[in-house]
Amino acid sequence: MKDRIYFYPIWVRSWHAINALMFLVLIFTGFSIQYATTSVSWIRFDRAVVVHDIAGLILTFNYLIFLFGNILSDNGRFYRFTLKGGLNRLIQQFHFYTMGIFKGAPYPFPINKYRKFNPLQKLTYLLSMYLGIPLMIITGLTLYFPAVFNLIGLTSLVISDLIHILLGYFLSIFMVIHVYFCTIGHTVTSNFKSMLNGWHELH
Amino acid sequence: MKKKRVILLLALLLLLPFILYTPVSVRAQEGQAARKDSTGKDKHKERVYTNKTENNVCLKCHSKTHIEYMAEGATKVYKQKMFSECIIDTNLFYNANHWNFKCTDCHSDEYSTFPHKGELRFEEKPGCLDCHAGDPQYAQFNFEKIDEEFKKSIHFQRQGGSFSCWACHDGHYYKINARNRQENILAAIEYDNNICLSCHANIQKYQLITNKVNPNILQKHEWLPNQPNHFKHVRCIECHAQVNDSLMVAHNIQPKSKAVKKCAECHSGNSRLMASLYKYQLENQGKYSLPESGFTNEPVIIGGKRNGLLKLLGNIALLLTIVVVVIHSTLRIVSKKN
Repeated sequence: MKDRIYFYPIWVRSWHAINALMFLVLIFTGFSIQYATTSVSWIRFDRAVVVHDIAGLILTFNYLIFLFGNILSDNGRFYRFTLKGGLNRLIQQFHFYTMGIFKGAPYPFPINKYRKFNPLQKLTYLLSMYLGIPLMIITGLTLYFPAVFNLIGLTSLVISDLIHILLGYFLSIFMVIHVYFCTIGHTVTSNFKSMLNGWHELH
Repeated sequence: MKKKRVILLLALLLLLPFILYTPVSVRAQEGQAARKDSTGKDKHKERVYTNKTENNVCLKCHSKTHIEYMAEGATKVYKQKMFSECIIDTNLFYNANHWNFKCTDCHSDEYSTFPHKGELRFEEKPGCLDCHAGDPQYAQFNFEKIDEEFKKSIHFQRQGGSFSCWACHDGHYYKINARNRQENILAAIEYDNNICLSCHANIQKYQLITNKVNPNILQKHEWLPNQPNHFKHVRCIECHAQVNDSLMVAHNIQPKSKAVKKCAECHSGNSRLMASLYKYQLENQGKYSLPESGFTNEPVIIGGKRNGLLKLLGNIALLLTIVVVVIHSTLRIVSKKN
């Protein structure tokens, strides 16, 4: 019997699956919209906009599941980042990923039932989920309902647009790193399997 | 403690739009700026009207909703309602392009006698070229080219001589627009679109030119995503007129089959709006910034040419991330440790 912890209840897995799918759709359509031309585009502009809007709205409602799920369950505790000694822990984890990992060094912050994420994971998830996604949703809504948000001045639309694109890149980069780091598990595929069956296999 | 933090965070997020708030008064000031010249003086205050006295002979009746007169030999004063088309809004007239015209500059001298002769209503009105052709003072407007483009337009092709400059440009109230309201482009757009709507949303005026029933503009444009936003932020001619590089405002109105329907015509790096709606600002950079652009000096056109540097840096960062991932995974495979 392998050592494993039931970290991902069905609501977390459902939220995560929808979130991942919407991320992919939004990144793909977002790029298509940004680089549309009359002759070449991945998807026709109007269709890309409609799909992007629908995916954005699904992501927004899905985010509420994450937010309230974390408030109502004890899953939120895994996202708590203690500032005291935080930098030191981040450096340790960074050092492991850039050096130790190639030498077979032990994990500086092994996963256990009290620690679902290592410090780097915790910080990036915290920033992505509690800052990045909410800002993305708000700026997305200002672009989706420009008439409403025009009431607060056109400059706000420019800033929204700028933040939306900037965050789009940040979250795209986050997704690439996130998917790659998921290959660093008990086996290359064990972390992906855990998001299907809910069980996290320990190293 | 945890709940307090979540509530605080949510409150902050809800407040964000208000943090980004630009007061409405700023936009109102922008509108006022458009009426002032570079020295901040109100342009209209310095106008010297030389024909007001003469015009008052006409306007004493034609600025009122009713007229009273006693015909020769009559025994009582006759009161009549003035046709709305014959009533001149003097305030608009004296602020319009032809503000210092005498009425008889365009209308027959014979109007000076009253009652006016019936046949005078069939008088041929002078067109733009009758006054503006070959005049070096107006060379920048390129009236000859405007006329050339207008003659190619669906309006002229379908209606011929019955469709003149005055069908769109009201001789009494027309104000130069594209060059004149750079700080308040929304007002310029509304003004321009109202020219089109004065016929296309008004069956009585529409049927002065054709016996057809005017199509419902909103229904015809139902396909347009976020229709109210498009109507507010672009002019009809952006999609319905062929852009001509030598003109500030396109006058070659196209048949509906040739209307722009591809979103990417505007929503792309090579947006046609740069050659039409934003042409004047682009040709006068330094003097005017692009409207709605804030600090980026680019208009907000989704998918447009904006945020070029940001997108370049973003793409580089994304590519570098992929490169690092490839190198990292290769080293992991080679080291066979994790």
